[in-house]
Amino acid sequence: MSSDWPLWEVFVRSKGGLSHRHVGSVHAPDAELALAHARDTYTRRLEGVSLWVVPSADIVASNPEQAGELFEPAQSKIYRHPTFYDIPDEVKHI
Amino acid sequence: MPFEPEHRRRYIIHMYTTELQKSAKIENLEDPKLLEAFEARVAADEFIEPKDWMPEAYRRTLTRQISQHAHSEIVGMLPEGNWITRAPSLRRKAILLAKVQDEAGHGLYLYCAAETLGTSREQMIEALHSGKAKYSTIFNYPTLTWADIGAIGWLVDGAAIMNQVPLQRTSYGPYARAMVRVCKEESFHQRQGYEIMIALANGTAEQKRMAQDAFNRWWWPSLMMFGPPDENSPNTAQSMRWRIKRETNDELRQKFVDITVPQADFLSLTVPDPQLKWNEEKGGYDFGEIDWEEFYAVVRGEGPVAKERMKARRDAWQDGAWVREAAAVHEEKRRARKAA
Repeated sequence: MSSDWPLWEVFVRSKGGLSHRHVGSVHAPDAELALAHARDTYTRRLEGVSLWVVPSADIVASNPEQAGELFEPAQSKIYRHPTFYDIPDEVKHI
Repeated sequence: MPFEPEHRRRYIIHMYTTELQKSAKIENLEDPKLLEAFEARVAADEFIEPKDWMPEAYRRTLTRQISQHAHSEIVGMLPEGNWITRAPSLRRKAILLAKVQDEAGHGLYLYCAAETLGTSREQMIEALHSGKAKYSTIFNYPTLTWADIGAIGWLVDGAAIMNQVPLQRTSYGPYARAMVRVCKEESFHQRQGYEIMIALANGTAEQKRMAQDAFNRWWWPSLMMFGPPDENSPNTAQSMRWRIKRETNDELRQKFVDITVPQADFLSLTVPDPQLKWNEEKGGYDFGEIDWEEFYAVVRGEGPVAKERMKARRDAWQDGAWVREAAAVHEEKRRARKAA
C-alpha cells in the first residue's frame, strides 16, 4: 500500500467562455492543497482563469474494451448529420 | 430512474482513473491476438491510453523511460539551484528561479504520466534515492562558475529539446501530452542560457574566458546526453517500432551538432573538438570520437558530483518529511471534525 497522498485530476479553463479541460494530475492530502499544487504545477504562464480538482478515484469512465459496442452504432446513423440530405441548389438558406 | 447512484452502478463497466488499480488483474499478457492488434494500432500512429491493453515489455520500458526522464528533471534542479543565491543581478535571479521551478513542474508532469502505467510515485522516488533508478548523466557534472548556468541553458536544455520534440508524438498518450507541455516551456530555458552566453561573450576578457571554459566543459557531456551510439543501443529498434523513440541517438546527436556549431560561432567560442569539420557531402559536421568510457563511468554513478546529488535529494526528502506528515495529519483531523 502506497503512502502517497491521494491523486487528484486537474482541469483548467483556459479563458472565459471555454470549458475546463483535463491537463494532468497532482498528489495532495486535501482539496485545498490540491488546488494550490495544481496552480503551481499547471498554471505558471497564464494558462487558465479557473481550476477544478477532482479526486481521481471518483472518476468513472467507460471501458476501452467496450468502446466498439458503445460508440460504433453511431457510425451507421449517418442520417444524424445534415450532409445526409440532398437539397436542390436553388433552395437557399437551409 | 436510470441515474440513481446504485442503479447507475450496473452501467459502470470499468473504473477509469489515472490512479493505481491496486487489484488490477494480470491479463493474458502476451496473447498473440492482442499483441497483433496493439502493434497495428501503434504502427498506425494511434495513441495508447492508460487502460488500453499493452504488452508488459512496453509498459516496463515506458515506465523506465518516463521515470528516468522525471528523475532527470528533479535532479536537474540541483546544479542550477546552486547558483540562485549568487546570480549576478535580480533579473538573472528571478529568471533562474522560474527556470528551476519549471524543472520541478516538468518532473511532476512526467511522474504523473509514469504513474498511469501502474508504478506509484513513492516507488519511483524510492528507486531514485536508493540508486536503483538512473537519471541523465549530465547532472553529475559540477557548476563551477556563473557561465555554467549559461552553458547549461544553451547546451543541456538545447540537447533536451532535441530529444524531447520527437517525443511529443510518442505512442503513449499521457507521455506525449506531458512532452507537449515540457517542450513549450523548454524554449525559454534555452534562450535565457544563450542570452547569458551572449552577455559573457561580449564582456571583459575574463568573462570571455569564463564562457569558453564553461563551453569546453559542457560540450562533450551534452553530446553524451543522446545516449550510446546506435550500434550499442540494442533497444532502439524495438523502441522505434513502438513509437517510444522516434529518432535514433546518432541522428539526434548529429542534428544537435549541426545547429549548435553556428551558435557557438556567433559567440566567437571555439568548439573543443579539433576534428570538427563541415562535411559538404553529408550536409553536416563530422566530429571527434566521444569518450564513451567516461559516459559509462558516469552512468555507473562515478560522475564528479554524483554522490553530492543523491545526498542532496535524500536530505531534501528527509527534511521535508515533517511537512508531508503534518499535511496528512491536518487532513485527518479536519475529516474527523467534519464527521463529528
